[in-house]
Amino acid sequence: MIRLFHRWPALLATVLLLVLAVSGTILSVFPAVERTTAPAPVAGQTVADLAGKVIAAYPGVEQIRRAPSGKITAYWFDGNTPGAAVIDPATGLATGNADPSALQGWLTDLHRALFLQDLGRWITAAAALALLVVALTGAALIAQRQGGWSLWFSRMRGPTAGRWHGELARVAVVSLVLSSGTALWMTAATFELLPVDEASPALPAETSGLVGLAPGDMSALAAVPVTALRDLTFPYAGDTTDVFTLTTTAGMGYVDQGTGTLLAWQASGPWTRAGEWIYLMHTGEGAALWGLILGLLTLSIPALAITGIQVWLKGRKARLSLPGMVHAEHAETILLVASESGSTLGFARALGLALQEVGGSVHLAPLAAYAPDRYAAAKQVLVLAATWGNGDAPVAARGLDARLAATPPHPRAKMAILGFGDRSFPAFCAFAERLDHAARQAGWSMLLPLERIDRQSAQAFARWSRDLGQVIGYPLDILHQPEMPRSTPLRLVSRQDYGEALQAPTAILTFALPQVSLRDRLAGRGFSRFHAGDLLGILPVGSAIPRFYSLASGTADGFVEIVVKKQSGGLCSGQLMDLEPGQMVRAFIKPNPGFRPDRSKAPLLLIGAGTGIGPLAGFIRANRGKRPIHLWFGARHPQADFLYADALEGWSSQGHLASLNTAFSRTAARQHVQDRLRTDADRVRHLVGQGARIMVCGGRDMATGVRETLAEILAPLGLCPDQLRAGGRYAEDTY
Amino acid sequence: MKRIIATLALTTALIAPGLALARPVTLTVNLSQYGGQGAYLALYVTDPSGAYAGSLWMAGGKSKYYKHLSDWAKFTGGDVSQVDGITGASVGAGRNLELTMDLADALFDAGYTLHVDAAVEDMRDSPNEIAMPLTSEGAGQPVRGRRYIADLTYTF
Repeated sequence: MIRLFHRWPALLATVLLLVLAVSGTILSVFPAVERTTAPAPVAGQTVADLAGKVIAAYPGVEQIRRAPSGKITAYWFDGNTPGAAVIDPATGLATGNADPSALQGWLTDLHRALFLQDLGRWITAAAALALLVVALTGAALIAQRQGGWSLWFSRMRGPTAGRWHGELARVAVVSLVLSSGTALWMTAATFELLPVDEASPALPAETSGLVGLAPGDMSALAAVPVTALRDLTFPYAGDTTDVFTLTTTAGMGYVDQGTGTLLAWQASGPWTRAGEWIYLMHTGEGAALWGLILGLLTLSIPALAITGIQVWLKGRKARLSLPGMVHAEHAETILLVASESGSTLGFARALGLALQEVGGSVHLAPLAAYAPDRYAAAKQVLVLAATWGNGDAPVAARGLDARLAATPPHPRAKMAILGFGDRSFPAFCAFAERLDHAARQAGWSMLLPLERIDRQSAQAFARWSRDLGQVIGYPLDILHQPEMPRSTPLRLVSRQDYGEALQAPTAILTFALPQVSLRDRLAGRGFSRFHAGDLLGILPVGSAIPRFYSLASGTADGFVEIVVKKQSGGLCSGQLMDLEPGQMVRAFIKPNPGFRPDRSKAPLLLIGAGTGIGPLAGFIRANRGKRPIHLWFGARHPQADFLYADALEGWSSQGHLASLNTAFSRTAARQHVQDRLRTDADRVRHLVGQGARIMVCGGRDMATGVRETLAEILAPLGLCPDQLRAGGRYAEDTY
Repeated sequence: MKRIIATLALTTALIAPGLALARPVTLTVNLSQYGGQGAYLALYVTDPSGAYAGSLWMAGGKSKYYKHLSDWAKFTGGDVSQVDGITGASVGAGRNLELTMDLADALFDAGYTLHVDAAVEDMRDSPNEIAMPLTSEGAGQPVRGRRYIADLTYTF
């Protein structure tokens, strides 16, 4: 729901907001320029002193104005010729042209009214309202995505476009709320929709009737510092009943031209004072630096528009439909989807099509449409559920776990639940787990135990589909590759082999950086920009399903490197292990922003075992800033599979690596990396106490062991890995 | 060209109650190219003693800016009801404003003065932009303004 109120105002107002943002940003520069070019103010100067100097220089002066920026302008008549100039308060003499800049006037008219006068003001106000709504709903969406307002500032994860959109929005949202809110206030003031309490004292009934006192000698003017001046209007020459009209930041009054005393005074009301603050906040006039900052942040609008549209288009691709599907009443298989980004829906469609192909009848619907009493012909209900943010349900599936638990199950049909998620998130597949729990509570009998798919793994899905096919009596083996990226041939340059002695062949494979198309380079896609820790998808010959390997190098290294261990019967690892320098494989990059060192200088603890050393070695190699990195590495034997042994030594001596701590399981010590951590517990505690971040890479069992060990080690500090993970200080990449 | 027939809208004392004692007068105001936003103009009349007699027209719709028409504002105390029903849009630089209204014969050749106050955003306030006596001979004679008005003419 919030999403709709975020998306549509944003899309409708985009073009208008781009015009307003660009013009507003340019306008924000003017107060700063004015500030640097305006004559210096005279400290402690009074209005009397200023008026005396100006009238000496320009005897026909009618009006002196001081802009919030401090610029003082005088207007006079010399005979019948009108004159005006910016005044140096020290001398009272002209220093510059008083005419408003034509460009500034043009931009102002565009920015506030699109050259359409009042109609234009209403249109820009509508755009400001749209911006305000979009900014507030956007902040709420960030809170939702992050798992609550308390995690609003925590590290963002997820796909690139959405993450950029969110990161930018977090920086800019306050300024956007201010800009749009103040704009609306100013429009309301312009159209007199707000109370008017501007000072306008009644003209004095009587004046002294005297004339001729020099403004420099007037006590009422001597009491006001120039910094408080807004406007001083002189009386008509020779009109003894006329008065000086003095407007200041505090109010307005009249000064007798014969005695120099205040005849009447009225203070500005709270609405007027608030209005002046609002004007300053919006325009930066009188606060040049603030104006520049606001202007700069306003430039986020074009970037937010572009990334926002990308997010929207991605979501649109994934609408609910399936060619050939039947009504819920007639379908043998009910396929329910709870999807946020649409990738889960892709799997559901593939499943639905495959079932239809083998003769099944299928109904595909969002989980929100769950209604078991309608599924008259159903034999099975299959629920595919993504988990969003910090274990939340996708927006469209909020609260459905409770509904599932509270609704009586179908009398005959059985259920299977498949969870989709990302292991780099703290609560992997938590929503699917809640659904599973709810279904059991409601009394559903389950076809299969809950399965969890990590990062759209095609292999895991294919495995699950085979299991499902067996229990429902259809031959299923679904190869669904979400958004197959274009692959590029990579040429192997060199390989270092390990582990032969232990019958566990392992190799570091180094490929040449491929040619990158200009389009990819401009978009920063594919091989034009990747980091250690990102994934290299490799398409083995004879299979459409890629296998993913963590990258041990980034673009800056100038090569593409992975660590591969031969799996018994593994198609892809077998092909890679047989690869000779000069031969090619087809591959593509899959970004993995959840597993990347942050940019802080805090100590970094890298923990890995076996081929898990790959990305960690990449981080160390890239550590040119000499951040203190400590590596705990587990292998079998120093002579057999101590991957990167020489390189690690070199990086230690170059200062890339602060400490290297190894554990070998096939030596006399029989140590695993967890054991080594326990040995080093004091040091680990000390580093974590200093704010260290921890990154773990390796097999799933090893990662679990490390997590448990660290939980023990950190307990005296009152910390645990889950807590660190929530604070963005603990990341895992497991396989 | 902006042509406004103000006869029916006018309710001030300046308008003759019966047409026999009035004549249709056309006021034409040409603005100079002063290079700014649209000008606010207050057209009003003072009597032979110099006291405010009534308003003829207000060009500019937002009363919060009327204080910049400072003579008019002083005369009327900023009373917006003085221009109820005789208010139009502000007039852009280089544009003109044409008003036709029935004015009482008694206003002419009797010491009444037509005033125009002008104000433009971010530029000087120009109260007393024009002050011209209302006379029969003055009809058709353009008068220059001080800052924003190239000329003002009234014709019978």
